[in-house]
Amino acid sequence: MKKRSLLLIVYIALSMLPIYWMVNMSFKSNAEILSSFTVLPLHFTWANYQTILTDSSWYSGYINSLIYVTINTVISVTAALPAAYAFSRYTFLGDKHLFFWLLTNRMTPPAVFLLPFFQLYSTIGLMDTHLAVALAHLVFNVPLAVWILEGFMSGIAREIDETAYIDGYSFPRFFTTIFLPLIKAGVGVAAFFCFMFSWVELLLARTLTSVNAKPIVATMTRTVSAAGMDWATLAAAGVLTVIPGAIVIWFVRQHIARGFAMGRV
Amino acid sequence: MFAWMAWTTPVAVFFICMALMLAGMTVWELKRPSTLRKGFLPIATTRGDRLSIGLLTAAYINLAFVGLADRIGASLSLANPPSVWISFVLSMAVLAFIMRRG
Amino acid sequence: MNKPVNQKAWLLVLPVLICVAFSSILPLMTVVNYSVQDIISPERRVFVGTEWFASVMRDRELHAALARQIVFSLSVLAVEIPLGIALALSMPASGWRASAALVAVALPLLIPWNVVGTIWQIFCRTDIGLLGSAIKALGLEYSYTGDATQAWLTVLLMDVWHWTPLVALLAYAGLRAIPDAYYQAARIDGASRLAVFRYIQLPKIRGVLMIAVLLRFMDSFMIYTEPFVLTGGGPGNATTFLSQYLTQKAVGQFDLGPAAAFSLIYFLIIMLLCFILYNWMQRLGTPGRADK
Repeated sequence: MKKRSLLLIVYIALSMLPIYWMVNMSFKSNAEILSSFTVLPLHFTWANYQTILTDSSWYSGYINSLIYVTINTVISVTAALPAAYAFSRYTFLGDKHLFFWLLTNRMTPPAVFLLPFFQLYSTIGLMDTHLAVALAHLVFNVPLAVWILEGFMSGIAREIDETAYIDGYSFPRFFTTIFLPLIKAGVGVAAFFCFMFSWVELLLARTLTSVNAKPIVATMTRTVSAAGMDWATLAAAGVLTVIPGAIVIWFVRQHIARGFAMGRV
Repeated sequence: MFAWMAWTTPVAVFFICMALMLAGMTVWELKRPSTLRKGFLPIATTRGDRLSIGLLTAAYINLAFVGLADRIGASLSLANPPSVWISFVLSMAVLAFIMRRG
Repeated sequence: MNKPVNQKAWLLVLPVLICVAFSSILPLMTVVNYSVQDIISPERRVFVGTEWFASVMRDRELHAALARQIVFSLSVLAVEIPLGIALALSMPASGWRASAALVAVALPLLIPWNVVGTIWQIFCRTDIGLLGSAIKALGLEYSYTGDATQAWLTVLLMDVWHWTPLVALLAYAGLRAIPDAYYQAARIDGASRLAVFRYIQLPKIRGVLMIAVLLRFMDSFMIYTEPFVLTGGGPGNATTFLSQYLTQKAVGQFDLGPAAAFSLIYFLIIMLLCFILYNWMQRLGTPGRADK
């Protein structure tokens, strides 16, 4: 028993090191980072965070990201709910093929869609808007949401639906008042993963925006190339990008294990 | 409206054929629902499964042919690389074979 | 327990279809259009047939990128799968320690991918990074931007750090699904730890593992963000994988035709992998549903 937990502890310790190092650096000044090598900040400073929260080129990145991620999550989950219900409850012509096709969209590298998205959004004048990124991210998030929700819905006994219909519930009323509360957890998990994958996506978000909707992920990479050595601010920005995910996972923490447990993410 | 998609006739024809094929399969399936059966493919398939496997195979055949075309042309000492219509006919034959026997 | 046939279910799927049609079907049709034309400007386009496909199939750089990609994906599997299983086996089964271990192990999964790149960029620098300076202190030459092999290994290490948790979580979920009765029977028989793993645990988690293998293979096949931030594909082309190469062609050089042909070939490879994954899951799903 002891030997086995040793492996776990060593692994967790090692895997924490890179994160710890970033957090450590985010509290140092650039001068300290470059001059001395210390395990803890000698001159603890909030200055880097202050830079990010007061400089609009930094904090607007967070706001932009949050806007398109939220739009995307709302559309994805709303569209996916009825579809997941259809897949979990009924057999219909071509259902398996449709499901497979959705899956391929989840798995296709965003790079494949890059060119046409660029042309499409240029044509309809959506370039550099939050909506463009939100719509582009639908391509992998809608299938994902359908997939997760279908798993949760299949776990609910079908007798519940049948009883409700016999009691004279219409489909929309049954769905919103009875069914939705039952799969709350599933909706939470689906929303979480949509949020995650939209939040971390870089390629499309970077290509489809330039100024007005520039996401934080793009701001970070551009700072690397331009300023080059502003490690401290970069580390602080990195720490801040982890926080929204951490907050969201806090709300769905009981259900995450189940989401993963379905082997569906 | 659709100018950004840079349509060309062959591609349009291709997608119309695909749409017709899907429509045809739907009608066929409604008239005579297919059953799961086991052919030479390693998994039991329905008609629709065989169509998708067949189309994927056909795509790979055409791609391989295009990739190897100039080598084939050179080894047979042809003036031009062989036409893609050869692989197209070949792939359609494979598709038909998979549909019937798969 | 068969699901009732109901063609009206298509109406429920309609919203998804519209979303995905807009963001997937139309773009894909456009890619096909681009792939058969030489696009000089939006007004001047020339039909070139399969020429781009032929040139992409002959592209040596592409072959090299594909080879690198396959070697990378296989290495990822070779490291992450055994490590993930070992971790899952060593995680406590229940109690607060189980939740704590779960969250701690899963943490890297939740970090945005570009930040993963940033973290490792900082972590591996020999002047300011912990790992970099540790290796330097051992007296070894190390530079992930200068040496091709080291850059490659660094990207691999980063991927292992980032994604082994997924394998561990999947394997862990599989292990928890084994009924206690199996372990009790094994204990009565006096089975060794190894025998329990070999004859009870491994067969039971085989299905989940297969999914983990395919997911990791496919995901590593489209890896872009992390190496882009860490090494930018360099030094030379040492860490330029497929997505990166495609993006260079599409956005960097704006070669619409070849990039589109390349996209389609990439898409076909993914379709095949997906098909295998999907059928595996179907096969797995069927007995599971019968149990209910």
